[in-house]
Amino acid sequence: MAEAQRARPKPTPETQHFWDGTQAGELRLQRCDACDHVYFPPRPFCPSCASRKVSIFKSSGKGKLYSYVINHRPAAPGFTPPYAIAVVELDEGPRMMTNIVDCPQTPEALELDMKLEVKFEKLDDKITLPLFHPAKG
Amino acid sequence: MRRNQVAVVGAAETTKLGVIPDMSQIQLHADAALNAIADAGLKLSDIDGVATAVETPQQIAHYLGITPTWVDGTSVGGCSFMLHVRHAAAAIEAGLCKTVLITHAESGKSMIGKQPRSTPADSLNGQFEAPFGVYGPPSMFPIPVLRYMKTHGITHEQIAMVAVVQREWAAKNPRATMKDPITVEDVLNSRMIAYPFRLLQCCLVTDGGGALILTSADRAKDFPLKPVYILGIGESVESPMVSQMETFNSSRAFKVAGPLAFKEAGIAHKDVDHLMIYDAFAHLPLFGLGDLGFMPHEETGKFIADGNTRPGGKLPLNTNGGGLSYMHSGMYGMYALQESVRQMRGIAPAQVKDAKISVCHGVGGMFAASGTIIFTNEK
Repeated sequence: MAEAQRARPKPTPETQHFWDGTQAGELRLQRCDACDHVYFPPRPFCPSCASRKVSIFKSSGKGKLYSYVINHRPAAPGFTPPYAIAVVELDEGPRMMTNIVDCPQTPEALELDMKLEVKFEKLDDKITLPLFHPAKG
Repeated sequence: MRRNQVAVVGAAETTKLGVIPDMSQIQLHADAALNAIADAGLKLSDIDGVATAVETPQQIAHYLGITPTWVDGTSVGGCSFMLHVRHAAAAIEAGLCKTVLITHAESGKSMIGKQPRSTPADSLNGQFEAPFGVYGPPSMFPIPVLRYMKTHGITHEQIAMVAVVQREWAAKNPRATMKDPITVEDVLNSRMIAYPFRLLQCCLVTDGGGALILTSADRAKDFPLKPVYILGIGESVESPMVSQMETFNSSRAFKVAGPLAFKEAGIAHKDVDHLMIYDAFAHLPLFGLGDLGFMPHEETGKFIADGNTRPGGKLPLNTNGGGLSYMHSGMYGMYALQESVRQMRGIAPAQVKDAKISVCHGVGGMFAASGTIIFTNEK
């Protein structure tokens, strides 16, 4: 029997640039050309001022741990509990959900506000996920 | 909305609560609806407005045999019924209908005639949350908790006390699912679900339903039971993605809905005799006490741990035992409303003596939506 697989995102026309970015090793955000607001998740207009003039740019991929749970049960398909489901606050401002890798999945190891860096994990030929690991140094 | 122009004249839950393997979800709706119609002393043909969530108003109207002139299918999660009360009150005042039936039911445990919830892979939740292992409310709703605790200085023991105190209320309620007393140690030693939350900090999973009947206040005095008037109401929504809340230190939807209701009611927090805050998980009463303006968030944990919300305390909270101990079929808002109505009628199993004002605050779709109703039994 095939192993249960992790939920796989299906890009839409408005989010394709984000998923193209992760495949290319870039975490892409959007900035409003009119009011400079940086936002996520992707959409072709500014949710702060409604301008349709927005630009895509490469994030530093750096941020800090905003909050998390360590999920024990029920576990999502493709995950072995316990595993942390985290929200990272990027240096550019937006927050996103992710997993923290290369780090024990324990309250002791996962300290709020610890510095994190993006690490890309290839799921298949079309989808690469942005995960995060503790920043080095 | 003007104060006290609309009243609840019928309120009932399903005949049974808990595990109901002999009824489908739509029949649970009908069971609750028929009980509420009997409670109000009405006939089915008296109902000209229908509101419900998850199931559609057309399903419920047809199944019951009602021909409505007004329907509302607002479905924003567990507080949908708070929003239905607001929309129904506006519709009655506008003359769109006279007598509204609001139903909720869920075969949450037995899963008979219930569609499983699903997240499409191309939705925003499907793209930006599901791939990271969220799997049902226990993995999502508590995500803000650690940040909230750090910001406001709340302890694990204080949040555990939410469950302990609500079990004290449940012990007074023959219909509560869980009645045995528990301690902070019991809570903090129960099975881990999603750190920092353990089993006893997560809601029950049960079958059941409830229904309300609303009409204009001038007609309400002709009904068999004491009318419960609607003094103030608020609603709002934020984001269906918990990761995209403006902050984890409070809920924007709470902070909009709650003050709207208080302003409309024209009351102060000290006037509140009885309070319901939807508790799918143990942190929600803390968010509610803070965001509704009862006290700063920093004081909420200590307020509950000190016993202020327990039986005999100065602010009786979740007096049916709550989603943690009474019942939780998946969308608990209707049961919070039922308990507020019982308290205002003076017939609750754990009746708060001389209670005249009850605040009932709901949350839906994690922190996606919120509705606050302020009831009174005095006009």
